[in-house]
Amino acid sequence: MRYAMAVDTRKCVGCSDCVVACQTENNVPIGYCREWIVEVVDGTYPQLEMEIRSERCNHCANSPCVRCCPTGASHYSDGGIVLVEAGECIGCGACIASCPYDARYPHPEGYVDKCTFCIHRIKSGMKPACVEVCPTKCLYFGDLDDLNSDVTTVLKERKYKTLIPEAGTEPQLYFLI
Amino acid sequence: MVDPNLNIWHWQIPLYLFLGGMAAGILCLAALYYIRGKEEEYTAAVRITPFLAPVLLVLGLLALFIDLRHKLYFWQLYTNIKLQSPMSWGAWTLMVITPVSFIWCALHVRDILPGWNWRFKWLKDLENFFNKYKKVLAWVMLIYGLILGIYTGILLSAFNARPLWNTSILGPLFLASGLSAGAAATLIISKNPVERKQFARIDLVIIGIELFLIIHMFMGYLASTQVQIEAAEMFLGGDYTVSFWIFVVILGLVLPGLLEILELRKIHVPAILPAVLVIFGSLMLRFIIVYAGQVSRWLY
Repeated sequence: MRYAMAVDTRKCVGCSDCVVACQTENNVPIGYCREWIVEVVDGTYPQLEMEIRSERCNHCANSPCVRCCPTGASHYSDGGIVLVEAGECIGCGACIASCPYDARYPHPEGYVDKCTFCIHRIKSGMKPACVEVCPTKCLYFGDLDDLNSDVTTVLKERKYKTLIPEAGTEPQLYFLI
Repeated sequence: MVDPNLNIWHWQIPLYLFLGGMAAGILCLAALYYIRGKEEEYTAAVRITPFLAPVLLVLGLLALFIDLRHKLYFWQLYTNIKLQSPMSWGAWTLMVITPVSFIWCALHVRDILPGWNWRFKWLKDLENFFNKYKKVLAWVMLIYGLILGIYTGILLSAFNARPLWNTSILGPLFLASGLSAGAAATLIISKNPVERKQFARIDLVIIGIELFLIIHMFMGYLASTQVQIEAAEMFLGGDYTVSFWIFVVILGLVLPGLLEILELRKIHVPAILPAVLVIFGSLMLRFIIVYAGQVSRWLY
């Protein structure tokens, strides 16, 4: 089992519904977020190109955050989901420094928090909150080992990229281009 | 608004890296000269300066504790051994070297307080026990001192997400910087001209090594990928240029080096001056690298 997500940069309009859904679903403290929207504008006027991405933890297969954690609080869970066990986290910040995507933040209660792919929802057969709520249906989630899952299907049909693959983290968030 | 820079480690981490590095330097030099049988020649380095080490280590540990955001869970560090995590290595190394530094001081307490007597018999027995195995203790102190000195650099260099830190030169550079701060401490404390001359010489050699490592670090950055070139540019015209070259390189390395050359040539220089400059440079190096590293990042 290998959970992954695909983000269609051609359909995403940057409405931030996913961000708000995540904050609501996971009770993220005010002023923080587990996912965010990035807009990249490239080129010179009038030949401009804009890419909009809904970004979150890449749930890397070779995660620097899991490697550098001194207590084992950062760990791989089912399907390669990277999680933080709050009761083992000392809040040293090493994982925050180690993440090239800056996907983690220190929760006001002291431990480090991040996207969980809504593991509590997946376990009961639902999709992550961001995927569920997306009005343009630009987010695809599923198991890469399942040949019929949404994410496998769309990755077969479309061209995609990952973010900074040269950092060697083997990210599992795919951006359809 | 999203903070464009990483903003996770503040003054506590660089201060600890400095204190730990200096303590490592002091303990390594003490152990080294004890093992080589130079205890009588370099009394201050072996017996007196090490009294600073437990103080520095405890202050450093305090800074580390203040840095933790989930403080009451700190004990989790000691229920896990994570070989891939430099911070785990550091926590366990501190667990060994802090008590060792206290024991080393206890063995030399009469050099500071001549009439010292242990209040309980078991403390006296303990002292006799460690006196018997002092050479083993010195070896443990030397090896763990080296690990402590190097790990302060590796802690940062293991993060590939921060291109400025991601160079293996940081390990040896921080070790060298810690050793030179340790030698500088003896230079301040010692009253023996032979010992002072020796430690001025040590400091001079290490300053040379540090300059060599810094030049190689920049050559490495500039020959590397775009992100590391941009990291180096912070020091070559960017925001950290003035502070790095003035505080670390000129005031912390070149000037004390020149002063020590003058002193070795018998031109009188107050010995405290180069020593204080070296210690200051060592502190600034940690602060600038820790802060600049958090600005450097991958672009995507």
